[in-house]
Amino acid sequence: MSALSLAASVRSGERSARGIVEEHLAAIADGEGEIHAFNLVTTDAALERADRVDAVVAQGGDPGPLAGVPVALKDNMCTRGVPTTCGSLILDGWRPPYDATVVERLDAAGAVIIGKTNMDEFAMGSSTENSAFGPTLNPRDTTRVPGGSSGGSAAAVAAGFTPLSLGSDTGGSIRQPAALCGVVGVKPTYGAVSRYGLVAFASSLDQIGPFARNVADAALLLEAVAGHDPLDSTSIPVSAPDLLGVLDRGVEGLRVGIIEEISGSGPTGLEGFAPDVQSRLAEAAEALAAAGAVVEKASVPSTVFGLSAYYVIAPAEASSNLARFDGVRFGLRVDAENTVDMNAATRTAGFGDEVKRRIMLGTYALSAGYYDAYYGKSQKVRTLIVEDFARAYQSFDLLLSPTAPTTAFPIGEKVDDPMLMYLNDVCTIPSNLAGHPAMSVPFGVGDDGLPVGVQVLAPANGEPSMFRAAAVLEAAAGGSAGSRHDS
Amino acid sequence: MEPDADTSTPGRITRDDVAYVARLARLNLTDSELDGFTGQLADVLEHAADIEALDLDGVAPTSHPLPLANVLRADVPTVGPAEEADHRLFCDEVLAAAPAAEESRFRVPPVLGEAP
Repeated sequence: MSALSLAASVRSGERSARGIVEEHLAAIADGEGEIHAFNLVTTDAALERADRVDAVVAQGGDPGPLAGVPVALKDNMCTRGVPTTCGSLILDGWRPPYDATVVERLDAAGAVIIGKTNMDEFAMGSSTENSAFGPTLNPRDTTRVPGGSSGGSAAAVAAGFTPLSLGSDTGGSIRQPAALCGVVGVKPTYGAVSRYGLVAFASSLDQIGPFARNVADAALLLEAVAGHDPLDSTSIPVSAPDLLGVLDRGVEGLRVGIIEEISGSGPTGLEGFAPDVQSRLAEAAEALAAAGAVVEKASVPSTVFGLSAYYVIAPAEASSNLARFDGVRFGLRVDAENTVDMNAATRTAGFGDEVKRRIMLGTYALSAGYYDAYYGKSQKVRTLIVEDFARAYQSFDLLLSPTAPTTAFPIGEKVDDPMLMYLNDVCTIPSNLAGHPAMSVPFGVGDDGLPVGVQVLAPANGEPSMFRAAAVLEAAAGGSAGSRHDS
Repeated sequence: MEPDADTSTPGRITRDDVAYVARLARLNLTDSELDGFTGQLADVLEHAADIEALDLDGVAPTSHPLPLANVLRADVPTVGPAEEADHRLFCDEVLAAAPAAEESRFRVPPVLGEAP
């Protein structure tokens, strides 16, 4: 059942929020042992919250657009008094003294938070194998990774543990796991959703966004959490966009460009795109054309350098952001004779290898003598990407690419080769560097029967037309490929 | 940071470089970790060398997707309610989440090395 219909049934009094939450807790009890989507299931708090929602309805009130709908949160969003680990031993046992803005918005919308989902440590990874608490498995095939870093949030939705979840996306961490798990995942425009209470990885790239099993539910959740927040100084001063209201407007007359360089189809583009993924992309483009869009090839040349720029910029910002985990204010402390040794002992014991790798990479890229060669140049490449997108959007309303180069890969396959793992993000990174919205929509399956995601990209604040195209793709995929996993 | 005239890509990162940045980042590495990380960081930096081919003269750097301006708020307490008692409660909550606290402060081992 969709989140939209669940909320409608609670608001009308036809169903109780408690019944809905109990149903999902039962699904979790059934399948979580195998999938490990959660770091924490907040059973008691969820049931109490559901009862409060039901009490509002009983008194003739309206709990809001997400009335009684379970929502899972990636474990890097602060929940007051409830453990928030970021998938790291260094925050094990830490209980935040405040709620993230998204948590307050969910509360105001009548949602029921059902738990905290597993993730790559501090959101660094593309497979959720970097969690200190063990990997999450892909519900479509448990020998495969769910993608990452928001793998727990994607898997929880794909497995039917919750109709909705929130993730964070710094270089593709919502869209790539959405593609690999066969669900919808949205990275909104930078600043559209408040980052207050989101533990920072790379502040100029991080953005919170929704996972759902269908496009309308993703729109519902994004509408509920988006909008200006004075507590986040990078929050854009506009209200949440109307998305549900435009979903059925179709794509007649919209100009859609397939980005040659990141879809394996251009002479100067990147390689490594699986043929089945390319075929689904071509079919998605045909579906948009059949619905009246004008679809052509587009060139955004500098996107091929996105990966290189990203893996300097994101670690640079991370090395600064993660300096705060020093054994003084939060979570773990490993004692030592003096404070400097205590800082080092705590960080050495508390951080996993990928986090250490990125902190060192960032520290190196920012250090005297290397700053200009790495960080300075990467920032200039970022400018080229912004300018190339601006040029493309003079001719197109939306752009299209695969979300990830392949379907879900086997657990363990890339975990020992960081560079190979990073290549998963080639299609998703450019939108983060530019601050633009992009979303992954399931579109058929690959030769291995696993889901393929198509990425729809839009200019800043272009979410309404992006969602219109996503709705058309969803309808086409449901009609032809029979691959919609709308359970 | 001072702009540097020489923007050519430096040589391959060495084991000593990695040991140095680990120290800066307050991370203790074993010898075998040092070997492993050196190779992995070199791979990533080598990939970043594809930027070398680009003509970036005259391109302005982008540090952020938004044109940032300082955002000010009214000078009133916004973390926790304004009442003194509740504010105090918030401080207690923050300190309770810390590894060690004493008299409304975070407690740390000696900073300068002498006995407490």
